[in-house]
Amino acid sequence: MKRRELLGMLGAAPLAGASARLLATPAHRDARLLVVFLRGAYDCANLLVPTASDFYRAARPRIAVPRPGEAGGAIALDGTWGLHPALASSVLPLFRRGQAAFIPFAGTDDLTRSHFETQDSIELGQALDGRRDYRSGFLNRLAGVLGGGPLVDVAPIAFTEQLPLALRGEARAANMALAAVGRGGGLDARQSAAIQAMYRDTPLADAVTEGLAVRDEVRRAVAAEMTAAGRDALTTRGFERVARRMAALMRERFDLGFVDVGGWDTHVGQGGSTGYLAGRFDELGRGLAGFAEEMGEAAWRDTVVVVISEFGRTFRENGNGGTDHGHGTVYWVLGGGLAAQAGGHIVGEQVEVDRKHLFQDRDYPVLNEYRAVFGGLFQRMYGLSPAQLDRVFGGVAARDLGLV
Amino acid sequence: MLLSACALPAAPPAPRVAAADAVTRLRWIDRVTWGANVATLEEVDAMGLAPWLGRQLHPGAARLPPAVQARIDAMRITTTPPDALAAELDAQRRAIDTLPDEARLPARQAYQRALDDLARESRQRFAWRALYSPHQLQEQMTWFWMNHFNVSTRKGEVRALVGDYEEHAVRPHALGRFRDLLGTTLRHPAMLRYLDNAQNANGRLNENYARELMELHTLGVGGGYSQGDVQELARVLTGAGIAPAAADAPAPAVRPALRGDYVRQGRFEFNPNRHDYGTKTFLGRPITRRGPGEIDEALDRLARAPATARFVSTRLATWFVADAPPPALVARMSAAFERSDGDIVAVLTAMFESAEFADSLGTRFSDPVHYAIGSVRLVNDTRVIASVDPLLGWIARMGEPVYGHETPDGHPLTRDAWASAGQMATRFEIARAIAADANVSLAESPVVRILLPRFAAPTRAALAQARSPREWNTLMLAAPEHMNR
Repeated sequence: MKRRELLGMLGAAPLAGASARLLATPAHRDARLLVVFLRGAYDCANLLVPTASDFYRAARPRIAVPRPGEAGGAIALDGTWGLHPALASSVLPLFRRGQAAFIPFAGTDDLTRSHFETQDSIELGQALDGRRDYRSGFLNRLAGVLGGGPLVDVAPIAFTEQLPLALRGEARAANMALAAVGRGGGLDARQSAAIQAMYRDTPLADAVTEGLAVRDEVRRAVAAEMTAAGRDALTTRGFERVARRMAALMRERFDLGFVDVGGWDTHVGQGGSTGYLAGRFDELGRGLAGFAEEMGEAAWRDTVVVVISEFGRTFRENGNGGTDHGHGTVYWVLGGGLAAQAGGHIVGEQVEVDRKHLFQDRDYPVLNEYRAVFGGLFQRMYGLSPAQLDRVFGGVAARDLGLV
Repeated sequence: MLLSACALPAAPPAPRVAAADAVTRLRWIDRVTWGANVATLEEVDAMGLAPWLGRQLHPGAARLPPAVQARIDAMRITTTPPDALAAELDAQRRAIDTLPDEARLPARQAYQRALDDLARESRQRFAWRALYSPHQLQEQMTWFWMNHFNVSTRKGEVRALVGDYEEHAVRPHALGRFRDLLGTTLRHPAMLRYLDNAQNANGRLNENYARELMELHTLGVGGGYSQGDVQELARVLTGAGIAPAAADAPAPAVRPALRGDYVRQGRFEFNPNRHDYGTKTFLGRPITRRGPGEIDEALDRLARAPATARFVSTRLATWFVADAPPPALVARMSAAFERSDGDIVAVLTAMFESAEFADSLGTRFSDPVHYAIGSVRLVNDTRVIASVDPLLGWIARMGEPVYGHETPDGHPLTRDAWASAGQMATRFEIARAIAADANVSLAESPVVRILLPRFAAPTRAALAQARSPREWNTLMLAAPEHMNR
């Protein structure tokens, strides 16, 4: 709330000519972005099932999700794609309302197939052939660009214990892991005030005040959650609990968020319609739907959630009922204000899912490079100029998929 | 008294340092150790600062409190020699493939747990030593070099290797020669795995380690090497890899002319079949040796480069003195580095004896690992705590997990990485947790009583409002004065 008030003041100040010109339209000003990183490379072919492909079922005799209409079958999204049934009550309704889209054949050109290397290179968002600057993540560069224009007081936060590479850099970014917050204890208001008083005359005064304020907001969100839980006897756990807390914070205070979710490296026994991976999808889906609900209609309209992963997995199942490291993956895009041509659709460049189109005869190809896709999204969300985009993803031509 | 004094080895050379008063002595202790406590203050007061610092720079064998030593002795990383441990894990991993489908998942999970347990033991050992070893500077320098030559438990197998990496590649040389550290870290399977040199072979060059070896370990960015040097060094390093873990694994078949080049030391292996025997030029001069000797030739060149002296001295001064250390100090340390051929004690002595170091006492912002360990040392002194797991958890929560930094650059050394809003709020919660953990009154601590009069008025005013000893402890550990060392 504070930052929006501040914006209003800046806009009204008589000497703020230059800053006022930098302020973009209100839509851009309220835009919120959350990036969800599925660490471990999730198996996208069992999430967005190529239902029209016989090759899919042949390549995965033990783990394929059956055809729509069959027991445990995929839910048809269009003639060629279906959704894993574990998402029937969470992401499917969003998709039907035009608030979710999928981008298959997405990813990076990084071919190391190493989780470690590829997560890093995606978060840094730098050219693959250049020297890596580990102090400059792409979301941080975005925050820097936004801070100079459309969102003068952009407020980035990672809902993680450590600041992730994606948010490291010159722009100031907060981080707070939410899963453990509210487990009893903690400093009370009087103690917090005493601590703030100790820092009053020190260079850390602002950071201390801000940090304690964020912590209070998290606590309020947690308290509201508990009240609600008491009322309708529904408790959330795992990622949904975290996601609802994130929504409360992004509704009120932060506009650029990052979170990661692990447990996707399914080399062994991943299951099909049911089983290990289905459970992960269920938890993630509930979290994302909970995030949308907790945001509330108005804020959700200004919000875009992008779910990414470092790479896809092998199209064929391996000898252990799992899949190994692959290449192209499927990104998810969710938001209350997705464009009509994107929401409820499978978007981006696509090819038929058959053996002939596999990359190196094993993986999905990457046809929608992530920096180009994010660049196109940022252009639309924030009205960034080509020069501004170049500061986020140097030398990359944005690819406008018309997502919002 | 006299007898025990005679039993000590001859006093090592004492650096030219002095502290006029108790406050200054405490600040020296705070900087040289993981954090001041009463026991260390008594030791310094008894010995004098300079002889004490001399002893810190030249430690003998470690003597830990028996209760702590017993914990370390019981660890699998202590009881099982590294080669045997590798063989056991290798057998466990290979047995998984022979199991029926339904048994594989639990077996894989058990294997992963074994790796996690080994990493946990290694972290615990680090924490026990940091808290209770009398050789505090050695423990601090071990952390510094572990961070300088970073490996990460995030990379699978490193979890099983990191304890041995610290124990045999890094710690024995923490106050030794830089060149030795280069050689031992290069040959350790943890580094060979972490930076992929195990995959680096003739015709399938992997430059990862070669690049970081120059960029992060020796010359530094802008240290005068080119992309061509990266490639040439990668070629030098081809064939340097990890020997099979199984004890009975045969050596590779090497053609007779090169058989003498085959090296196996522990799990380090130099495999001539994978080495690029072509001529090479590195840093402007040809490499004259052929085979495994090329590696030492390249390391000698790197260790003696003036850029390395400057880069390593800058890192040390950044960690100990200031985010942007005074150039004159770095120049003096670099000169000591070059003069002594990379003797770490000589470089540290140049730093400790400088006016810049003395001037900086009490101004260095404590990173999470210093903050948490220092607080626990202050609160518990020589009392042996029940478990170090909470401490390791606090350090991780503040974003500086021990051995957990994923990228080769190591944890940042500068203040801006650790003083963000969220991190400060977390730090205060941890102050509260540390205070809740101990049944002491810090207000009575001789260390705190010496420092308290120097605290700023707002801090003293806040402390005066405390309603219980525990709350006083919390506020004390959350005070701005306690954030610096």
